[in-house]
Amino acid sequence: MSKQMTGAEMVIQAFADQGVEHIFGYPGGAVLPIYDALFHQNHIEHILVRHEQAAVHSAEGYARSSGKVGVVLVTSGPGATNAVTGLTDALMDSIPIVCITGQVATHLIGNDAFQECDTVGITRPCTKHNYLVRDVNDLARTLHEAFYVAQNGRPGPVVVDIPKDVQFATGTYVGRENIQHKTYRPKLDAEAPQIAAAVEMLAGAKRPIFYTGGGVINSGPEASRILRELARITGVPVTSTLMGLGAFPAANRQWLGMLGMHGTYEANMAMHGCDVMVCIGARFDDRITGRLDAFAPGSKKIHIDIDPSSINKNVKVDLPIIGDCTRVLADMLAAWKARDLSIDKGALDAWWTQIDRWRGRNCLAYRHSDEIIKPQYAIERLYNLTKDRDVYISTEVGQHQMWAAQFFRFEEPNRWMTSGGLGTMGYGLPAAIGAQKAHPDALCIDIAGEASILMNMQEMSTAVQFDLPVKIFILNNKYMGMVRQWQELLHGGRYSHSYSEALPDFVKLADAYGGVGIRCDKPSDLDAAIEEMIAIKRPVIFDCIVDQQENCFPMIPSGRAHNEMILGDMAVDLDEAITDEGKMLV
Amino acid sequence: MPNSSEPIERHTLSVLVDNEPGVLARVIGLFSGRGYNIDSLTVSEVSHEGHLSRITIVTTGTPMVIEQIKNQLDRLVPVHRVRDLTVEASSLERELAMVKVRGVGEARGEALRLAEAFRARVIDATRESFVFEITGKSDKIDQFAWLMEPLGLVEVARTGVVAISRGPEAM
Repeated sequence: MSKQMTGAEMVIQAFADQGVEHIFGYPGGAVLPIYDALFHQNHIEHILVRHEQAAVHSAEGYARSSGKVGVVLVTSGPGATNAVTGLTDALMDSIPIVCITGQVATHLIGNDAFQECDTVGITRPCTKHNYLVRDVNDLARTLHEAFYVAQNGRPGPVVVDIPKDVQFATGTYVGRENIQHKTYRPKLDAEAPQIAAAVEMLAGAKRPIFYTGGGVINSGPEASRILRELARITGVPVTSTLMGLGAFPAANRQWLGMLGMHGTYEANMAMHGCDVMVCIGARFDDRITGRLDAFAPGSKKIHIDIDPSSINKNVKVDLPIIGDCTRVLADMLAAWKARDLSIDKGALDAWWTQIDRWRGRNCLAYRHSDEIIKPQYAIERLYNLTKDRDVYISTEVGQHQMWAAQFFRFEEPNRWMTSGGLGTMGYGLPAAIGAQKAHPDALCIDIAGEASILMNMQEMSTAVQFDLPVKIFILNNKYMGMVRQWQELLHGGRYSHSYSEALPDFVKLADAYGGVGIRCDKPSDLDAAIEEMIAIKRPVIFDCIVDQQENCFPMIPSGRAHNEMILGDMAVDLDEAITDEGKMLV
Repeated sequence: MPNSSEPIERHTLSVLVDNEPGVLARVIGLFSGRGYNIDSLTVSEVSHEGHLSRITIVTTGTPMVIEQIKNQLDRLVPVHRVRDLTVEASSLERELAMVKVRGVGEARGEALRLAEAFRARVIDATRESFVFEITGKSDKIDQFAWLMEPLGLVEVARTGVVAISRGPEAM
């Protein structure tokens, strides 16, 4: 298909051709022609956010929960710079986003025009790729390329910067079917010898482990299905990063829980003690590995990743496999069956006996109270009262995020949206809005802290305007809890600027926005209050007043190894647990 | 964190890229953003019809860092190919320099004699100065510039290293 139209019309036409149904944006001078084109059509719904950062986070929540590309439309200058945090977040967590930014007219570029900024310069390091389109006849091809690049290979955000005169100009539109990227061809399939080597190595293991990550989610639901089958047929225990939760069902006996800094004792000890590790779509991030020279000593490592630059970046591996998780796992499963392989039963039984001993430490145990709501208890109740529903969980960043990861149990992929790599406070509410847009009838809950939520609180207004009945479940301890925890552990309890003296009345705030506010501060009232929240078909802010002193355990102190983790009941020894070198790390 | 006990190596990388706006900024931004070293960098269009440019980068790092650099370069969208000429095959490296020397009398004669020995050409001359053009490996140019210093060396302009593999194959 090729026909004449304006640049602005091309943007809308390209969206339609790419199957886009929802976009998140905020208008401004340099994108007015595109907004005018939006006005003339009905098939694409625009969700008006209240801040451009939230537009990107909403698109991330939409993409993460649906597997589609998230689409953002913002204006030049401050519109683009406000989007930078969201773009960086999407880059770190490999979320496919196409972000259209308006730009001043081509003849004004470089003149410090009103609302001008060097968008491609600013976003170059925080996007997978970006474009400045100077000729309307390049626009359609560029837009289709942007969608291709965003979702193929390791997904990521792509910016297309379109000057206002290009939006007004008329040119030739080409459909997506005529577009092939010149150079970008990610490798999806592994070679047969690598697959053979991988299954042989796994079959020879005595203490194997699957360490899975966000790549399994990104690869699609089929990857999760094959992972489950491969785990079942091999009997290997499975742990996951924060980003990979849901790929393997939490109810499965082979599930060890999350690993890493606030991972479970059994997951981290099993990582430390394993002899063959299969890393599937994860990247040996510092939250995962702890002290590198003591990471899984003596283990052989297989690393499956679609991005060659993830291989040997932090940890040297023995067998790198470049490819898409779904295809590589399918090939491994087929090879395993074809060769009729199995892991030595005696060794595997001994390994599971050891793992069950570690499980016996009951590392997530906490001291319950009848007086005050423990944050862990709040998440447990929230999970138990929502688990039979179609539920999507997002979080902000901090203690509540880790408690959510520990205590909320995910059985399916794409149900969990959190800012893992960048650690962006303010992510959760817009992400929940995006997820709710993708799943209108689902229960979408942002598990939040009272500090994080204030960073994008304005999006409550978006939720109300678009009838998106998201639930904001605030674990309110009046502290930036994780900052307070680190200050307690590392800085002698000097709580420098981590206490919020003045917080809004969240119940009144919900009311002011046109939503519903609920407050709960008694463990005995909690279930009824949560039930009330679930029953309300409007946006709700749930102000859950929790224990201010509670710390998040287990914890691997900075600069320590997996087998040096601190458990809750050992918390007295904390000062000695962290070395001076560890204090330098974040 | 790369093992700090690993030896530091010097590698010459050839990178074939789409000749599009911002591609050099992408490559340089990658090096500065991730803390890699650039010892030398040259870039020029090599195919006008194909819109291709070739970038030659000389970099230093541990083997793990060099591998990272290659992988990071390779995943930039406009990058067609990355080749490590230091490991893949024997390769040729050349650099061109222009060297300005000012002097009269005996020093002027000595400069000319040395230039001849180094096969440098005179491409500009005045009564009190020469500009020499010299081509060769970087250490040859270093040596020539060092010898010119006492003879009135004024300034040096160097292209940086360009490199190509020996034999019939393209990169």
